[in-house]
Amino acid sequence: MSEALNELSTYIREARASLVADAEIAYGELTLTATAENLLPLLTFLRDDVQCGFVSFIDICGVDYPAREKRFDVVYHLLSPRQNQRIRIKVATAEDEPVPSAFSVYPGADWFEREAWDMYGILFTGHPDLRRILTDYGFEGHPLRKDFPTTGFVEVRYDDNAKRVVYEPVELRQEFRNFDFLSPWEGTDYVLPGDEKAKA
Amino acid sequence: MTEHNVRNFNINFGPQHPAAHGVLRLVLELDGEIVERVDPHIGLLHRGTEKLIETKTYLQAVPYFDRLDYVAPMNQEHAFALAVEKLLDIQIPIRGQLIRVLYSEIGRILSHLLNVTTQAMDVGALTPPLWGFEEREKLMVFYERASGSRMHAAYFRPGGVHQDLPPELVEDIGKWCDQFPAKLDDIDELLTGNRIFKQRNVDIGVVKLEDAWAWGFSGVMVRGSGAAWDLRRAQPYECYSDMEFDIPIGKNGDCYDRYLIRMIEMRESVKIMKQCVNRLLGDARTGPFSSTDGKVVPPKRGEMKRSMEALIHHFKLYTEGYHVPAGEVYAAVEAPKGEFGVFLVADGTNKPYRCKIRAPGYAHLQAMDFICRGHQLADVSAVLGSLDIVFGEVDR
Repeated sequence: MSEALNELSTYIREARASLVADAEIAYGELTLTATAENLLPLLTFLRDDVQCGFVSFIDICGVDYPAREKRFDVVYHLLSPRQNQRIRIKVATAEDEPVPSAFSVYPGADWFEREAWDMYGILFTGHPDLRRILTDYGFEGHPLRKDFPTTGFVEVRYDDNAKRVVYEPVELRQEFRNFDFLSPWEGTDYVLPGDEKAKA
Repeated sequence: MTEHNVRNFNINFGPQHPAAHGVLRLVLELDGEIVERVDPHIGLLHRGTEKLIETKTYLQAVPYFDRLDYVAPMNQEHAFALAVEKLLDIQIPIRGQLIRVLYSEIGRILSHLLNVTTQAMDVGALTPPLWGFEEREKLMVFYERASGSRMHAAYFRPGGVHQDLPPELVEDIGKWCDQFPAKLDDIDELLTGNRIFKQRNVDIGVVKLEDAWAWGFSGVMVRGSGAAWDLRRAQPYECYSDMEFDIPIGKNGDCYDRYLIRMIEMRESVKIMKQCVNRLLGDARTGPFSSTDGKVVPPKRGEMKRSMEALIHHFKLYTEGYHVPAGEVYAAVEAPKGEFGVFLVADGTNKPYRCKIRAPGYAHLQAMDFICRGHQLADVSAVLGSLDIVFGEVDR
């Protein structure tokens, strides 16, 4: 399995060296890193090339790393039924930097890109209909961002007087409890007082 | 009426339509009886599962997966368990693998039974769901006897399964397997040759194979279009490579082929279950059912009473949980509805950094517009039925 992956990785890098910034195999999975402008040629190559044959579109999702300058990763998963291989392509992007839509290569990208827009606010250029998809009509914000609180900002209830559903700022009876159970005793990078004697 | 007065008609299908299979709102644009455009509005059952998982430890995340495709809960847990196990690099003992395969196949039958029979209901038959639900109820009892819960099992955990199966339960599952094909024959007899059922399903919702791949279809949806593709065979996980079963493939890619495949798959699942039962009562009668790595799998209660180490492990695993090494993995299983995948990003702490759930129904539902265009209004519910949509996993 991993030999075939290695071969595939070298093949892609040799055939399209200019499009792939980096290729890495970890946990038996191949990850390519690409830039936004190279994305569509790379996807088209992966789909149409006989030795790749990644005709099956699996998934697009965003990952948020707020500390980075380009805070989002857009992660594409493809499957080649002929080679029986999977591949992952990562593109880093910033909040105001759009990524070209994969809709023209894989029509199945449609809703997955809408979801990435809805959840992270990642923009896709060339998408035919980039609306919100999972959140409520009129929702504000991008809930899967790390700086969006798990409790959200608004809550809804049916108002008997107004005879309709009303939106109100979220009111918690109890503070949202995020238990931090991370043990201070494991994986410390400093020497605990007294331990220096044990080593000597 | 003059020509320029004729206009297209927009109707709302759902969110409370019985054939919408949950909370789906379809905005249909009709030209007479012909569907011009379908715009599915989803998200009415959105619970923010992925966000919630980011705030929970790996073990606490397991029950969220039951609530995705609530028709076959354990198959979802399976994908998550495989992803975590891949990162932790732990192996599952054979008895655990057999139990997992056994219950995955029960899940498959649960899901297919519901889908086939409610699809029949969508096109006008009321008897099949009543017959199908009787068998589903028996299967849910097996779920309950293994995990304590009929639906939300939280049974497949990273490292193995939560509890061992008593031999009586395995024997009962074996007995159920013997009587089930006869029940399936009854449903078969009602539907397969039925004139109305065929009129409503044959040549409806035809999908070509290259379209199926490009739209992200998987499972029955690509097999119906003629691809010999099943993750249980192509990328085997657990002990599926030891099992003997066939993969049915369709020729025409229409709703009727997909129905036939589901019917045959149920019979194949029974075959797999029989093999699991025989091994669970035979060569794998005893032995561990989950990994013996005490840093991941909590000790049993009896052990905890006697061993100090087990007590510490128990306390640590149920408060802090285990740390998963940093990395990114994608693990997929052949869920009844197609490829159910989990893309897990771990940052080395006790909580997932990101857990993307790739639900097969989501990819299938987005193609509604593509499939239904040019069909009659009445075909919409037939197509929707054969897509096998469950809103728990579409909306997440």
